Amino acid sequence: MTALQKKPENPIAHLTPEDIEQLGVELDAIRQDVIDTRGERDAAYIRKVIGVQRKMELGSRAVLLASAFPPAWIVGTAGLSVAKILENMEIGHNILHGQWDWMRDPKIHSTTWEWDMATPAKQWQHSHNELHHTYTNVIGKDNDLGYGIMRVDEDQPWHPFFLVQPLWNFINACFFEYGIAAYDLELGANIKRKKTKDPEFKARVSQVLKKIRNQATKDYVVHPALSLPTGSFLPTLVANFTANVVRNVWSHSIIMCGHFPEGVETFEKRSIEGESRGEWYVRQMLGSANISGSKAMHIMSGNLSHQIEHHLFPDLPSNRYAEIAPKVKDLFDKYGLNYHAAPFPKQVASAWHKVIRLSLPNGWLATTNAKNAVPQLKMLYKMATGGAKVRRAAQARLNQQARKAAVAQAA
Amino acid sequence: MSTVVTPRVSGATSATPVKARRSLRDGLRRIAEAAVTPLEVGDVLDVFHPLRAGATLRGRIVAIHPETADAATVVIKPGRDWAGHVPGQYLRVGVDVDGVRLWRTYSLTHGPRPDGCISITVKGIPDGVVSNHLVHRARAGQMIHLGQAEGDFVLPDPMPGKLLLVTAGSGITPVIGMLRNLFSRAVPFEADIVLLHSALSRSEVIFGDELRRYAEEGRLRLVELHTDVHGMLDVADLDEIVPDIEERTTYACGPVGLLDALEEHHTGRGLPLHIERFRTATVVTGEGGTLTFAKSGAVVEADGSTPILDAAESAGVLMPSGCRMGVCFGCVLPLREGAVRDLRNGQLTVAAPGDGVIIQTCISAAAGACDIDN
Repeated sequence: MTALQKKPENPIAHLTPEDIEQLGVELDAIRQDVIDTRGERDAAYIRKVIGVQRKMELGSRAVLLASAFPPAWIVGTAGLSVAKILENMEIGHNILHGQWDWMRDPKIHSTTWEWDMATPAKQWQHSHNELHHTYTNVIGKDNDLGYGIMRVDEDQPWHPFFLVQPLWNFINACFFEYGIAAYDLELGANIKRKKTKDPEFKARVSQVLKKIRNQATKDYVVHPALSLPTGSFLPTLVANFTANVVRNVWSHSIIMCGHFPEGVETFEKRSIEGESRGEWYVRQMLGSANISGSKAMHIMSGNLSHQIEHHLFPDLPSNRYAEIAPKVKDLFDKYGLNYHAAPFPKQVASAWHKVIRLSLPNGWLATTNAKNAVPQLKMLYKMATGGAKVRRAAQARLNQQARKAAVAQAA
Repeated sequence: MSTVVTPRVSGATSATPVKARRSLRDGLRRIAEAAVTPLEVGDVLDVFHPLRAGATLRGRIVAIHPETADAATVVIKPGRDWAGHVPGQYLRVGVDVDGVRLWRTYSLTHGPRPDGCISITVKGIPDGVVSNHLVHRARAGQMIHLGQAEGDFVLPDPMPGKLLLVTAGSGITPVIGMLRNLFSRAVPFEADIVLLHSALSRSEVIFGDELRRYAEEGRLRLVELHTDVHGMLDVADLDEIVPDIEERTTYACGPVGLLDALEEHHTGRGLPLHIERFRTATVVTGEGGTLTFAKSGAVVEADGSTPILDAAESAGVLMPSGCRMGVCFGCVLPLREGAVRDLRNGQLTVAAPGDGVIIQTCISAAAGACDIDN
């Protein structure tokens, strides 16, 4: 994606500062409406979800005590996968956002909750609540764009290293809980800047390692050991590993759909200096994408299917996002903004399309077809192995090709 | 309370099984913890048996008995760790009203009961959120949170021969607990009790029928004062109503005015007096206030339009912070006592000690004196 500020057609060019201000007022009214009606029904909802999830996890782990028996393995692994997904997304992510702090229940609170994942809650809260939600989709400040390992913008210079990014993305998906832990630690940056001996960094690393140790012991030692009486040590271990991978891949896919599909805007660093409340709202509106689907989709995605509503109001209870979505969409229509929503397969495909497109030099994917595949591939090989000068020259040719193709298509 | 002394047994024979049992239990506990992390074993057990021993203290409402038009007795089955109480004591209860957990204090209106339940009698006060919820909307089967019994408004042992009980309105609640306990003892109780109770009208006397029955049975002398007919109790009239007041120990519970007047009167004449004050959670709210930071000891003056975060940082207090716009909850701190206003929508949040209120300092301004845990 190209930053909104650099686009030839700016999607907010038609909005005056007064429009943006007014939009902020109308969004504040939607938020206040939810706060005014927030109460017993909502509290009952989160308690119910937690109750169901805990019973489901306990039940699945109980079934897995006999996991050597194939039907038990399948039922147990499926149940545990769903339980872990609920725990991570609808419950953990939302409680840690402070969405349920208003209940004054010390057990269901952003300051005390800990979740079934490698990354400690407090560290995640810093990089997610503080950084990602404040600097959403700002290139260079929101590292959720690419997690620091992928090329996410046409203006980022291409390098042969990025050819492998679809593979990195897939590996990150499978082991997402560790990817997030490394990301929250700013592992790459700290290694590069040689800050690994910093006492604050070391303290955080040791926290993460302790959490990983507890998690791994639970899933790969204790529960398999409890299954020894039925000879199910290894099947339970594999079941737990599978459930963790399922949770990782699912959450990674949902999260990718939130900000990565084609058409979601990114923003230049300078553009947020002195950003007003209305402008912050607009950035959240255009920098997020929704997944349309059933109630099951909503709860299994932790209501991140309502990514737009979540980014506008990260501290409102997640069960209310579906309710306010029509009002939010109306505001998009009223102010002539694009409400980016599509079914899950479409959004995931679009996000992966972007990962693949940007793993290649600008314009390469767009200008390649069945007929010119061979010469295009040859050019790609030369660009990958030829060095900077060859790359620049080839890129210039590609840009020309892309422009010609765009003109031809417009005609 | 007597203590039992167990002579220490020499030799390892009886000690080892105990030790082995303990380390087996510890081992099992550690395995259970490792199996449910990051949850605690208690969180898992709470799903099945929230009233078990070792759980956070809770109680299940067993019944609600209306007493008057706006008062009701709530009978509660407490968790196994309920440590018992002495009649006259009170407890804190945490009630979820409209999803929010609010804590209030109520006197226990029975002595220890054979069914193991405890009871409180709640009078709905005007605009009272918790009291009106308990009287009108609470239902049997609902769970509430409890604190252990507290307070020293209890009858002494041995009992004084002559007692004067002075109560008004809901001040009858700790006293009814004492009376019910006294009159239900197996060994008949010999004492001369005068109960002087003041209420707005006859129909507003909580436990009225029961008290009149005790009077008829000769267990006590009941003097009822109904404000609509007799006016309010004047401490100067005490000698007339209770001629042998100098021989009596007085226990009193009721509104501030009555208790202050009684204190003055009894202290002046050197008469023994025990009082129980019902403090309402009134927090004075306004614009701005003095911020006191409990851990660092800092004291900062703040106005009603500056975020507490900014005011504290300007005064050099180290404060947690994040987005500084109310989105990330990175600045949250406990408000032990005080009132704050949300600068985004003007919403007021009031905290009394024990409420467990946590505020976002970047979008809250002081609306009164605040005691913050930082």
